[in-house]
Amino acid sequence: MHEFSIAVDIVDIATSTASKESATVVKEIEIEIGQLSGVVMEALEFSLEAAVKGTILENARRNLIIVAGKARCTQCLTEYDTDSLFKSCPECGTCAPDVIQGRELRVKSIIVE
Amino acid sequence: MCDSCGCSQPGKEPIILKPGEESHHHTHTHDGVEHTHDFHDHDHGHSHERKLDIEQDVLGRNNLLAERNRGYFEAKDVLALNLVSSPGSGKTSLLERTIKDQGKKLSFFIIEGDQQTMNDANRIKEAGAPVVQVNTGEGCHLDADMVNKAVKKLEVEDGSILMIENVGNLVCPAMFDLGESSRVVIMSVTEGEDKPLKYPYMFKSSDLCIINKTDLLPYLDFDLKQARNYAQQVNPELEFIELSVKTGEGMDIWYDWLGKTANPSQA
Repeated sequence: MHEFSIAVDIVDIATSTASKESATVVKEIEIEIGQLSGVVMEALEFSLEAAVKGTILENARRNLIIVAGKARCTQCLTEYDTDSLFKSCPECGTCAPDVIQGRELRVKSIIVE
Repeated sequence: MCDSCGCSQPGKEPIILKPGEESHHHTHTHDGVEHTHDFHDHDHGHSHERKLDIEQDVLGRNNLLAERNRGYFEAKDVLALNLVSSPGSGKTSLLERTIKDQGKKLSFFIIEGDQQTMNDANRIKEAGAPVVQVNTGEGCHLDADMVNKAVKKLEVEDGSILMIENVGNLVCPAMFDLGESSRVVIMSVTEGEDKPLKYPYMFKSSDLCIINKTDLLPYLDFDLKQARNYAQQVNPELEFIELSVKTGEGMDIWYDWLGKTANPSQA
């Protein structure tokens, strides 16, 4: 379950930013998670719950934004929606997609006090 | 106890040991990055709520450290391989035989990753290569920071081959770049041939796929061609080597691959 170490990293990124700004409480954290990032959403939510305990993020609202998967066919360059790493191109049928969106795993912002 | 991350909970810190060494308490770090604990209370009774844009990749710190490792390996002309697979595919046996067969010709250094025990490191030491064991405790994968520390302890020589045997797990290690030159995924014919479809992230991120235990093919329904097709569906660039560590069949192809990847100019 790599989601726990990812959750700890998320908390680390947020707390170090808050600390630089001398903030004492994080009210909200916004996290972008791609559909193809390899992270199981439920596992991440569960891990975040544990990782924020005893930190200034403990009571922060967690705003998880899911980014849909998108691929570009390496043969005919058609762009198409995908929920897997190996979905064939709907135009030419080739299965050699370049994932161009959906692998995001990013702390976007925090609201602090 | 670090209040900002809770990482000092028991079992969270990896233990890095050479065979024969005792475990001892480790210092507290966060992937090599220190942070300060200088939060202070406000009590002036009004709100200072404000939004801070961060836009930071969660894996960015690991990726940065992985690139540092990569630079270090390049400077020392070290071929670093990240060996990944499910448990029981034969990673350690492959290393043992490789060290015994090629140890005179090539210089090997090994990092063993497991949740617990020194068993694999002891086997590798017995086979004749310098080794450190990383016990990840509750962790399900190696990360760039663990490899960074293990490499320092291992004192890897210039021009050698560093084999990093990751924790047996086809899911989590896929996401963590260690700074390796190549990622080698190992599957065995006792597994289902659809492993690449079930665990696409690992097969997508690998450069070479070793299919081990081919000596068992006559007793199994494993379809080698289908397994390759599935893997290529996920990763059209993937190379394959089929071998049996037990009988030695196909091992010469693996040694050729190692030789030419370590010294591309001599290929």
